[in-house]
Amino acid sequence: MAYSDKVIDHYENPRNVGSFDKDEDGVGTGVVGAPACGDVMKLQIKINEEGVIEDAKFKTYGCGSAIASSSLVTEWVKGKTVDEALAIKNSDIAEALALPPVKIHCSVLAEDAIKAAVSDYKAKLGVADDGYEIRKSAA
Amino acid sequence: MKLPVYLDYSATTPVDPRVAEKMIPFLTENFGNPASRSHTFGWTAEQAVENAREEVAKLVNADPREIVWTSGATESDNLAIKGAAEFYQTKGRHLITVKTEHKAVLDTMRELESSGFEVTYLEPMANGLLDLDAFRAAIRPDTVLASVMQVNNEIGVIQDIAAIGRICREHGVIFHVDAAQATGKVEIDLEQLPVDLMSFSAHKTYGPKGIGALYVRRKPRIRLKAQMHGGGHERGLRSGTLATHQIVGMGEAFRIAREEMAAENERIRRLRDRLLAGLADMEEVFINGDLEQRVPHNLNISFNYVEGESLMMAIKDLAVSSGSACTSASLEPSYVLRALGRSDELAHSSIRFTLGRYTTAEDVDFAISLIKDKVARLREISPLWEMYKDGIDLNTVQWAAAH
Ligand SMILES: Cc1ncc(COP(=O)(O)O)c(C=O)c1O
Ligand code: FES
Repeated sequence: MAYSDKVIDHYENPRNVGSFDKDEDGVGTGVVGAPACGDVMKLQIKINEEGVIEDAKFKTYGCGSAIASSSLVTEWVKGKTVDEALAIKNSDIAEALALPPVKIHCSVLAEDAIKAAVSDYKAKLGVADDGYEIRKSAA
Repeated sequence: MKLPVYLDYSATTPVDPRVAEKMIPFLTENFGNPASRSHTFGWTAEQAVENAREEVAKLVNADPREIVWTSGATESDNLAIKGAAEFYQTKGRHLITVKTEHKAVLDTMRELESSGFEVTYLEPMANGLLDLDAFRAAIRPDTVLASVMQVNNEIGVIQDIAAIGRICREHGVIFHVDAAQATGKVEIDLEQLPVDLMSFSAHKTYGPKGIGALYVRRKPRIRLKAQMHGGGHERGLRSGTLATHQIVGMGEAFRIAREEMAAENERIRRLRDRLLAGLADMEEVFINGDLEQRVPHNLNISFNYVEGESLMMAIKDLAVSSGSACTSASLEPSYVLRALGRSDELAHSSIRFTLGRYTTAEDVDFAISLIKDKVARLREISPLWEMYKDGIDLNTVQWAAAH
């Protein structure tokens, strides 16, 4: 499997690896994927009072493309509002990392992780969010 | 030390320089067709082919007349299984094999199923070995052939061929053994072993690719229906002009194996033990397959909580194989490890190290430090490792089925 330089860069120097305390105020945690499928992504976002994501962290069990996708996403979401973050599409991630077709699902997972993290954040705020109930319970 | 370090000897081996040297004249000056009976070019080639046949026979203590040249173990498996099944089908149309066999056996069996044969695929035990009682119980009155490999290519376990063969004899079942991974690694004595058909390949034993052989027992005589028709070479069992240079290479490779295997296996065992000792003190590592009933060349280990493909990417200075197939269109991990009952996660995170003739202690030490370093790094970014460290039982977590 030949990886693009961008994937290798993120894989070798992953940005924002780590964890926040998931019970901390303003932290949203999304865990997507399953070990049996070979990939689990945990994305955490820290949102300030203005509703802007001021920090993000990830941990990923998965292939190089999955690690790179989640690393890239932590960079992208920083400074964005929650709604802006939700607008990130897997195709943007796939394009930025030049993922081959068999690796598209790794970027899908990263998009799902953003949604799951936002959904968790909203749930903690007590905001109903019909769209992501399933993901939240799975996390 | 040259990078990447090659630890994938079960995929293929380099041709031993002594073998290559012996082959070359049969490409250039001694280019004759061994079937040419009317001149010295043909006689020289034929003599070389027969010498090689004798060397192959000697390694496994067989009669040279029991050796049929093929293009490799894949063809030998096809010829043995299809050839015997088709020849003896009036006696019955049931076949037995094991789920951990090489695809050359499994796909041949599938093919026979599509033409009306019935096949039983036995589960091995958790250590990769065949349960002899389960094997005996699978035999039916209409069973004509059983196929069990001697050494498994992924986990290196050695099946009890003598015991399985005896059960076959008791029930009048023809016994085929894929020994592609066994030559030069375990002693094979076909005068003693109750085996009827045995497949060999040159390129797993420091010979060239594209040449192999099938042992076909003469007493009691096993008959096969030919799968390749033409000039009637190899007593009609396998037509096609013999590849003299390849055959000479296989003969020389098997001669070297016979003379050097005892010392070589001892040396390799020490290296494998060094590798094992270096990796076994890590947390959450699991050896796949029985460690005793196993060739010294193989170490197959799962590193829990790291994903196989990212691990492979991290250790690109090592040429090894992974049980993970997350790369391909299918997300199926190794079917061999799955058949042992390994979880998908452990199957995904497995690495097969296979050592060989040119492996050094330096290579092994390099592998150990690289693996330790990279596994630690990947665990650092693994959410599963974090959960494990937090004392969470991953089996109780409800995962979102992402894809
Ligand atoms: C157990 C086993 N059988 C058969 C084969 C196929 O051998 P060949 O490459 O000679 O066709 C291999 C090699 O991949 C093997 O390991
Ligand atoms: S996570 Fe399965 S291929 Fe990327």
